[in-house]
Amino acid sequence: MDRNQSRRQVAAMKQSLFDQGLLDEQFIQLEELQDDANPNFVEEIVTLHYRDSSRLISSIEQALKERNPLDFNKLDTLMHQFKGSSSSIGAKKVKAECNLFREYCRAGNAEGCMRSFQQLKKEYAALRKKLEAYFQLARQAGPQETACRSK
Amino acid sequence: MAAASDVFRPEVGSGKLHVLAVDDSHVDRKVIERLLKISSCKVTVVESGSRALQYLGLDGEKSSIGFDSVKVNLIMTDYSMPGMTGYELLKKIKESSVFREVPVVVMSSENILTRIDSFVIDSCLEEGAEEFLLKPVKLSDVKRVTDFIMKGEGKKGHKRSRSDDYSPPSSSSSSISTAFSSVSHSCDLSLPASPSALLSKKTRLSI
Repeated sequence: MDRNQSRRQVAAMKQSLFDQGLLDEQFIQLEELQDDANPNFVEEIVTLHYRDSSRLISSIEQALKERNPLDFNKLDTLMHQFKGSSSSIGAKKVKAECNLFREYCRAGNAEGCMRSFQQLKKEYAALRKKLEAYFQLARQAGPQETACRSK
Repeated sequence: MAAASDVFRPEVGSGKLHVLAVDDSHVDRKVIERLLKISSCKVTVVESGSRALQYLGLDGEKSSIGFDSVKVNLIMTDYSMPGMTGYELLKKIKESSVFREVPVVVMSSENILTRIDSFVIDSCLEEGAEEFLLKPVKLSDVKRVTDFIMKGEGKKGHKRSRSDDYSPPSSSSSSISTAFSSVSHSCDLSLPASPSALLSKKTRLSI
């Protein structure tokens, strides 16, 4: 596959993530921080996010097991951190699921929490997979594709 | 011995602001560091309020005799952190004779607006916070703040009341009728109350 074709593919993939409502403006903001000296900044941030957030997911899962009663405060606090991290990479849909979960926490709705957490994990896993594919393609296409800042 | 004004102004000759950033999120630390470096600042990043106090020498550990204060021109801190919150850190900084002149910016995700509401923002501003930035923080936010500081226009650390900058809202009971000095946020965000209730002359809110 020639360079131009690769780059078009990368651009199309990125556009699709936006069209599906999976990413928001923050992702673009991060891309604009890349330059020749920091060509993989977004991927580094996203990798860091997945490292931190998978730990949070485990903690939330653990907390959801400790029922009778559920510690809604603890869950809300954990989810606040998870949401913050998701927000920082522009994970739009995941962030929306976080908000829903927190609504259930505040309402003291255990079933709601557990349901929305299942949904959140699905969205989280789906985005993660797509971003991995995106970065892999972007790396193959060459640094010019994502580096936006001229310096 | 460093006088309060010395730590406030940028170091002569270096041209660069030294910014201390405080955030418990590893991702956010990396991002704010990058934003500040792009804005031509020297950056020190720490993960908690207590680490920040340690760095500044305000943790009571170091003897004041012979200790040369670090020079910091701006402190940017997350609001909600485990242990010491950004508000508590802000208070400690403003209580310090050495660092009270240093502008402090508080950063927070938008849930602050719904949960703890205007109380948090008011409290931070009254304690002398320069600004309240909504996360995720953008490059334009950081550039604006650092430009502002470079020009030496930051407040000199006096405790401010809401009437300093803006006219008080007519209803004191509404949740988001509070004005705060500067807010900018452009990500997808649904605020429960109208942001046009923010009456500050310095308010920039973009959604």
